[in-house]
Amino acid sequence: MVEEWKGTFKKIDDYRWLIPKREGMRVPGLIYANERMLQHIKMDRTPVQVANVAYLPGIVGKSMAMPDIHWGYGFPIGGVAAVDIEAGGVISPGGIGYDVNCGVRLLRTNLKEKEVRPRLKDLISALFLAIPSGVGSKGRIKISSQEVMEVLERGSQWAIKRGYGLPEDGLHTEERGSMEGADATKVGHRALERGRPQLGTLGAGNHFLEIQIVEEIYDEEVTRVFDIFPGQITVMIHTGSRGLGYQICDDYLRVMGNAVRKYNISLPDRQLACAPVKSEEGQNYLKAMRCAANYAWANRQCIMHWTRETFERVLKMSPKDLGMVLIYDVAHNIGKIEQHPVEGKKKTLCIHRKGATRAFPAGHPDVPEDYKDVGQPVIIPGTMGSNSYVLVGTQRAMQETWGSTCHGAGRVMSRTKALHTVRGEELQRELGERGIVIQAKGYKTLAEEAPAAYKDVDEVVDVCHNAGISKKVAKMRPIGVIKG
Amino acid sequence: MKRFELIEHTADMGIKAYGKDMGELFTNAAYGMASSMTDLEKVNPKESQDISLEAENREELLVSWLNEIIYLSASKTMLFSKFEVSEIDDRHLKAKIFGEGFDIDRHKIETEFKAATYHRLKISNSTLPEGVLQAEIIFDI
Repeated sequence: MVEEWKGTFKKIDDYRWLIPKREGMRVPGLIYANERMLQHIKMDRTPVQVANVAYLPGIVGKSMAMPDIHWGYGFPIGGVAAVDIEAGGVISPGGIGYDVNCGVRLLRTNLKEKEVRPRLKDLISALFLAIPSGVGSKGRIKISSQEVMEVLERGSQWAIKRGYGLPEDGLHTEERGSMEGADATKVGHRALERGRPQLGTLGAGNHFLEIQIVEEIYDEEVTRVFDIFPGQITVMIHTGSRGLGYQICDDYLRVMGNAVRKYNISLPDRQLACAPVKSEEGQNYLKAMRCAANYAWANRQCIMHWTRETFERVLKMSPKDLGMVLIYDVAHNIGKIEQHPVEGKKKTLCIHRKGATRAFPAGHPDVPEDYKDVGQPVIIPGTMGSNSYVLVGTQRAMQETWGSTCHGAGRVMSRTKALHTVRGEELQRELGERGIVIQAKGYKTLAEEAPAAYKDVDEVVDVCHNAGISKKVAKMRPIGVIKG
Repeated sequence: MKRFELIEHTADMGIKAYGKDMGELFTNAAYGMASSMTDLEKVNPKESQDISLEAENREELLVSWLNEIIYLSASKTMLFSKFEVSEIDDRHLKAKIFGEGFDIDRHKIETEFKAATYHRLKISNSTLPEGVLQAEIIFDI
């Protein structure tokens, strides 16, 4: 099934590779990678997927792929595509993904390793108990079907109102954790049924909660603003919209399948099914997708709240002494309506970021007030056992990638292969020897998510930094992980 | 004849299912998916759910069928191990699926299936083995 890419790439510079326009493609493709990574990318169908996205009606600029690109379904993972809404541009649920607003948030603390290390095992066990994880796990939050509607339309703001966190958390969340234009009546009963019991759960697969140490600082001015220092303990939370998002995506893919016939759209892959943003189908999906995004923000907000409570309890410290401030929360599977210049003219675009992160520069109105001089924080999770990063958005990203950058490490090894190569127990022991405490629901997830199955996150981040589409700020390494 | 095999896919997983007719193909695709979720030996087919579906064509019917099972599994917190398709054509399906409630002490869920995707989906006549139908499905997990 895996076919090697036979097409050509035109080298623009060491980090940019153009896929020239071919019949059916409305725009060229552009892959951000170094030469070594490109050899890997060529080995599977990823470049074909980049080319396929270029068929979407209304697409402008280029069909782009970030350096963590890997073979997805329909869109590649690590894909960025913008369509001009006025020119009949389409929205594609497959270009956003099943896990709508899968994303990450990063918390700072006042702690250093010596304060955490002696209680690390207790802390990880307590977090594992406080935060439901694994397939089929049910949340601790019991809400009425009426209140679910509020979660969907208000996201983090609902959570904060209910006491899960602080008002300032919202200010440090993309879209303030509450995307406007969400309409819960566009969400089907099946999605509600799947989502209601899962609010406040981590889930399984590549989702995790990690305790980290800031290992390296690249930009002192920016870290001062984000309040990050060397040796500092940070906490990262990586999860999304759970069953609610999966069901919304599936429900609307069916709607889009019919829309493709109705609007007579020709596509190279059914998974790209879409409808004009302005059509009824497009509008309904947008409203429902925003509900899933809000649910995911509420989910991460609740999990963060329990994380703070657990730190207070286990370390017997006050919130003030812990200083657990949310640095930022980013979405990496999302569709956004944004204004960008296209060939010198300001246009309203629908940006699909599928496994890509928004990376707005200093001075952008959507960057929080206290970060205005340096730009939006971009949080890049590694895999368990590997480094994670904080980057910051740049003007160059604004000009080239609609203000987008990479989202993580990107898989290079299939899960089945990872299972044959890596044994969960051994991995846990090996990571233990490196001082990383892990608690997971099963060894299989551990093996599937082994660091060797992923691209080197350091290399991915370096490409984004060197290409100028985001700037390195700090690097963190994990010391404790919980997984589903 | 093999009922199904696993397909290597970088991010997710896929299965290739076989069947001498549409009913068998659909049953085997469901079986392939279910056996990647959990050890089916431990799932007692004592309770059933009825499924009735309509779609525009047989490929969309296959995705609807698999996603219906994922939905029932998630919303009823059940695991399924036996699939019986009673009526099927290119646009309709009636089936009964059997399983039991998820029991954390006895069952271990190996993989969470988010959904079956439409990516490169095609039901075709197989060359090896000859004369049977085959379908490749990529899942988001």
